[in-house]
Amino acid sequence: MTKVYIPLDMAAVAMGADRLAAAVTKEAAARGENIEIVRNGSRGMLWLEPLIEVETPAGRVGYGPAKVKDVASLFDAGFLSGGAHRLSIGKVDDHPWMTRQNRVTFARCGVIDPLSMDEYEAHGGGAGLARAFQIGPAATIEEVTKSGLRGRGGAGFPTGIKWKTVADAPADRRYVVVNADEGDSGAFADRMIMEGDPLSLIEGMIICGYAINGSKGYVYLRSEYPQAAVVFGKAIEVAREAGWLGTNVRGSGFAFDIELRIGAGAYVCGEETSLLESLEGRRGIVRAKPPLPAHVGLFGKPTVVNNVLSMATAPMILEKGSQHYAELGVGRSRGTMPLQIAGNVKYGGLCEVPFGLTLGEIVNDIGGGTLSGRPVRAVQVGGPLGAYLPPWLFDTVFDYEAFAAKDSLIGHGGLVVFDDSVDMSWMARFGMEFCAIESCGKCTPCRLGSTRGVETIDKIRAGQNVDANIELLKDLCHTMKFGSLCALGGFAPYPVESALRHFPEDFRKPALEAAE
Amino acid sequence: MSGAGQYSDERAREIIAAHMGLEGPAMPILHALQEEFGYVPDAAVKQMAEALNISRAEMHGVVTFYHDFHRAPHGRHTLKICRAESCQSMGAEKQARAFLDKLKLDWGGTTPDGALTVEPIYCLGLCAHSPSALYDGEPIGRVDAEKLDEIAAEARD
Ligand SMILES: Cc1cc2nc3c(=O)[nH]c(=O)nc-3n(C[C@H](O)[C@H](O)[C@H](O)COP(=O)(O)O)c2cc1C
Ligand code: SF4
Ligand code: FES
Ligand code: FES
Repeated sequence: MTKVYIPLDMAAVAMGADRLAAAVTKEAAARGENIEIVRNGSRGMLWLEPLIEVETPAGRVGYGPAKVKDVASLFDAGFLSGGAHRLSIGKVDDHPWMTRQNRVTFARCGVIDPLSMDEYEAHGGGAGLARAFQIGPAATIEEVTKSGLRGRGGAGFPTGIKWKTVADAPADRRYVVVNADEGDSGAFADRMIMEGDPLSLIEGMIICGYAINGSKGYVYLRSEYPQAAVVFGKAIEVAREAGWLGTNVRGSGFAFDIELRIGAGAYVCGEETSLLESLEGRRGIVRAKPPLPAHVGLFGKPTVVNNVLSMATAPMILEKGSQHYAELGVGRSRGTMPLQIAGNVKYGGLCEVPFGLTLGEIVNDIGGGTLSGRPVRAVQVGGPLGAYLPPWLFDTVFDYEAFAAKDSLIGHGGLVVFDDSVDMSWMARFGMEFCAIESCGKCTPCRLGSTRGVETIDKIRAGQNVDANIELLKDLCHTMKFGSLCALGGFAPYPVESALRHFPEDFRKPALEAAE
Repeated sequence: MSGAGQYSDERAREIIAAHMGLEGPAMPILHALQEEFGYVPDAAVKQMAEALNISRAEMHGVVTFYHDFHRAPHGRHTLKICRAESCQSMGAEKQARAFLDKLKLDWGGTTPDGALTVEPIYCLGLCAHSPSALYDGEPIGRVDAEKLDEIAAEARD
């Protein structure tokens, strides 16, 4: 029996993986070949999806991007024993995209069957939790703190310190909440983990629950990720059947359970207090801080809110020890960052590397430049609230501090590449429009300022009083930055200001047509 | 396609009751109602408010806050086209505009025969295959004008 891997990852499915799997099954039956198809996560080489992998004595060999029409020729070429074919990429682990990475959070993603507890454990799964149970809650938190892990949701807050705050808060109940709202354009790492290695997120949540003495975990997943909902829902069942959830987790006497909740298309619900409001069944209006969710969180109880990646990295830190993780990275940015390279780019995908590469290395060396073949003009880093950076800033080092120094942010690690056909005044307008659409409405600068911003940019684009309106726009940005309660209104000016600063010529064209 | 169920107070009551054991049941109930009826009927919202012991105004506030919930039936099929930054970098905005113009629709509009509703969506996490879309829950990468036309034709059948 030959094992054939065809990803269930939503990106692979969007490129035809389900139809491909059906065609391979049919062709194998017609040819009397004995195969087993495993639906794995993606390896992150998204431009090769759907990527078929075949297990051979020499290792796993890949073919991609494979279409239904390629199936017959793959069988003809003897792909089941690694035969040569136009789509062959050779041994997957030897591919340059893979060899340059240091996969910690994504070590198992794409490698194992995401819903097999046996394979999860065979690849180190469970070792982190076992060690946590062995060293106890306080030492577990200490390990996470010493690793230097910072929240991957955007703000970069030290994860261990957050856990300690919750553990120390007096309460009869504490909650673990995972933020899987991943609304940033250009970001898909959370989705890939939830589809490709969901048990690592579950293990991380159990470790966190144990460390803070909490018994219930919620995952708040955006509705735009239907595949992640299906796979993660099944993973919860797999974990429960294996005795990882329930009243006696792995025979430890510790009780913990997890529930998946689905959002409803509000970007602002990625903000942690808005998310908690939504979980409680209200409008996702941002709460003023303090109190912090760590003190007064879900249903008024101390609550850890962590991003999917922060939580899913915890098991690896416990398994290998904090030192192992802390040794990677630069400055105060320790460990690895799963970069997500997207947009108009030749090699789009997920690449987990230690902090410290330059933006140029990421865009040009790893991403291969634009898909269109035209020159890169701008890269937006960190989602819709992130700045647009021009090629002359490509020497910026990818870490939290270096980006902050350039008035930008790395956010969730998503990068969107634009070629020279982009109209930056239009993108600035879109940034303001997005803020207006998604504002929770609590503060005036965000709610009204963004709408004013759209109108003002429209005037600039129409060539009306351009100088005065650019000044007005800058003022608006200033007001939003300093008068907004949360980072939606507070950071929405970053893409706008960076567009103005680096691409001023795009705001001074003779009357542009709308939507150009 | 979901949402074939005819509205009945009875059925709404059952759905609400089935979720009352949850902590913070409102969002799961709203999703379940929309799944069942294809939209969130005002009559169901009234029942929800009673069950959850909050005012109807507050309950309506919740329904209208979230882009996903709609208060009236949509077309038989739904196409959600991504218009976030990554998809824009690959020309999504112009392409979507041309498609909407051809159907004589605006964002959120439904074709006169009730076949297709076209909505904007802000990132599907398919940004390495921009432009992207979701048709009745099925993800589609590298969407082009031809694909959009196919969908419009298929929806009419
Ligand atoms: C408008 C807005 C949207 C956000 N969206 C997300 C998100 O989708 N995922 C996420 O993990 N954090 C998001 N955050 C950050 C969260 O508020 C919070 O800092 C994070 O979930 C904490 O987890 P971490 O410490 O593991 O990063 C968002 C913040 C704001 C202001
Ligand atoms: S900045 Fe905007 S999204 Fe944030 S709390 Fe204020 S109104 Fe709400
Ligand atoms: S509530 Fe803050 S401005 Fe109205
Ligand atoms: S921006 Fe369209 S899928 Fe992410």
